[in-house]
Amino acid sequence: MRQYSGSGKQAPWNTWQEAISIHRERTALALIGLVCFATGLKEPRFFQAQSVESVLLWMPLITVAAMGELIVILSGGIDISIGSMLGFSGIGVGLIFKANPHLPIAAALSAGFAIGFLLGTTNGVIISWGRVPPLVVTIATLASFRGLTFLLSRGDQIDSSMIPDSLTSLAHRGIPLGSLTFSWLLVFALGICFLTALFLRFSRLGRKLFAVGGNAEAAYLRGISISRTTFVAYAICGALAGLAGVMYAARFGFVNPGSAGQNFELTVIAAVVIGGTKLTGGEGSVLGVLLGCLLLSCINVALSVLGIEANWQMLTYGLVILAAIITDGARTRSRRWA
Amino acid sequence: MGLKKMLFIPLIAVLLAIVGVTRSMPQLMDVRYLLDSSTLYVETGLLALGMTLVIISGNIDLSVGSNLVLTACLVAKLFERGWSISLVLVAACLLGTSFGALNGIMVAKFRLPSFLVTLGTMALYRGAAQAALGPASIKLPGGFKGIDQARLFGLPWPVLIFFALAIGFAYLLHRTFLGRWIFSVGSNERASVYSGVPTDRVKISVFAITGLMAGIGALLLDSRLGVARYDVARGIELDSITIAVLGGTAIQGGKGTVLGTVSALALVAFAKTAMGVANVKAEYQLTAMGLLLVLAVLLTNLAGKFSARAIA
Repeated sequence: MRQYSGSGKQAPWNTWQEAISIHRERTALALIGLVCFATGLKEPRFFQAQSVESVLLWMPLITVAAMGELIVILSGGIDISIGSMLGFSGIGVGLIFKANPHLPIAAALSAGFAIGFLLGTTNGVIISWGRVPPLVVTIATLASFRGLTFLLSRGDQIDSSMIPDSLTSLAHRGIPLGSLTFSWLLVFALGICFLTALFLRFSRLGRKLFAVGGNAEAAYLRGISISRTTFVAYAICGALAGLAGVMYAARFGFVNPGSAGQNFELTVIAAVVIGGTKLTGGEGSVLGVLLGCLLLSCINVALSVLGIEANWQMLTYGLVILAAIITDGARTRSRRWA
Repeated sequence: MGLKKMLFIPLIAVLLAIVGVTRSMPQLMDVRYLLDSSTLYVETGLLALGMTLVIISGNIDLSVGSNLVLTACLVAKLFERGWSISLVLVAACLLGTSFGALNGIMVAKFRLPSFLVTLGTMALYRGAAQAALGPASIKLPGGFKGIDQARLFGLPWPVLIFFALAIGFAYLLHRTFLGRWIFSVGSNERASVYSGVPTDRVKISVFAITGLMAGIGALLLDSRLGVARYDVARGIELDSITIAVLGGTAIQGGKGTVLGTVSALALVAFAKTAMGVANVKAEYQLTAMGLLLVLAVLLTNLAGKFSARAIA
């Protein structure tokens, strides 16, 4: 991480070139180019509006959750309970809709945000003040939250009849641009990205996240509370996963307590890693993660356009994560996990 | 708190649980039923033995479950090609060991954090199993099936195999050079390097041994279920980590015993059997296991804090 000195009024970059520099994002950009080129060569259908639209439909969910994971990883932690938090909030919001069908969308989104925030807070409290390694806590809550989701839903699925059309239309309607439609979900997700970028660049807490993730001891000696900072990271991550739960309901029109968000943590972590985020904390950018999400969406659509079965998806995620870790090796060298 | 004392927590808990549960559920005390159910937890137990070594060495292995499932699927594929049972047994052990060693090599030689490497291979191995089999399930040959039904001196074979291996692990961990080196790498890696411990080799062996356990577990699982699928044994990595930690293995590395892990396995297996008898759904059992893991680590941390204060 660069060291910034001075009064704090100074902008956190020196020249405009630096402000838009993309050195970390090069890998993701190159891979997106490669995937699109190779797929397009084999199957020209990939460049038709329909494929592009399904890429854009894949993105919003991954993006919102990935912003949360980015914040956690920047702070030097990891959260693998994201998928279960997504499922829990999806079911929770679905049940709220069942009770009063005329709930405004804004209220549903806030409810999802609040539910996710509570779950994330649970993670954060145990990690920050219980001093339990984040991996152990979130692998435990990955199971526990999933179990609680079943408890909440009594094993029943939230059907499309319980989800109002006003919510599902968010995924189908949007801003038309030529023959493409940018769904409201995507616009919303990009808004979240923008807010995250502002938060990380300009807020005091955002800078503290970088400091704690980069060098916890130095941050502590500078008077930053490590437990408070990491706690906030997990709370935000949970809240964003909760939002993603509502978006899941909007995108698919149903929420299944078992499958909603299952293995989602792998997708999200792969997106964050491929976006050039340093996995041991302190380095990373919103733009990079956004490109990572775009890449994964491209891969998903490319697999289906090429007629490769969905069975290969998880293998691809595994390869992406491993490749990113190994190429990133020089920077993540030898850090103990606990 | 000393190691010996820490060991007694799960043992006491087992006794309390047995006393408490059997009073409300007398049908649970059927020894035959308990023995039959115990074969369900042998694979978990084998992985927990390996996990104990991995955690003591200051690492973690999230990929054990995926390794087990991938090996189990490949075993079925080999049988399909007409390999004989004895060849497949050897192949399964080799496959599991090499998948584990791959983790170890990335951790030791590339100096990558184990939780990231094994998170990647967790997806990779499970993904490879899914790519190899798809949604299909492959039936296994009749002569290979049903090891959980076979008994020797009234004890099911898988349970005997587990205890034989547990004794082997206890010897390895507490009586050999490699065992002492595992503790040494886990408590202070730099000091171990300076005192001539081959740390890279220790790490690779630890992951390879865990992989071997996954290979043996895969054979037992295949033989018990009679079919191979890519989506079985979900959450088994959580269970094995929970059991190791509950048995007094320090999550930060450097501390732990095989006896602790074995008694924690007995506790968890008994608790799960009791929950099954009481008709507790699988999803709630999942919640309970998650809570158990967090509580086990929290309690150990608290105990450590108090004993540190007592010393100061």
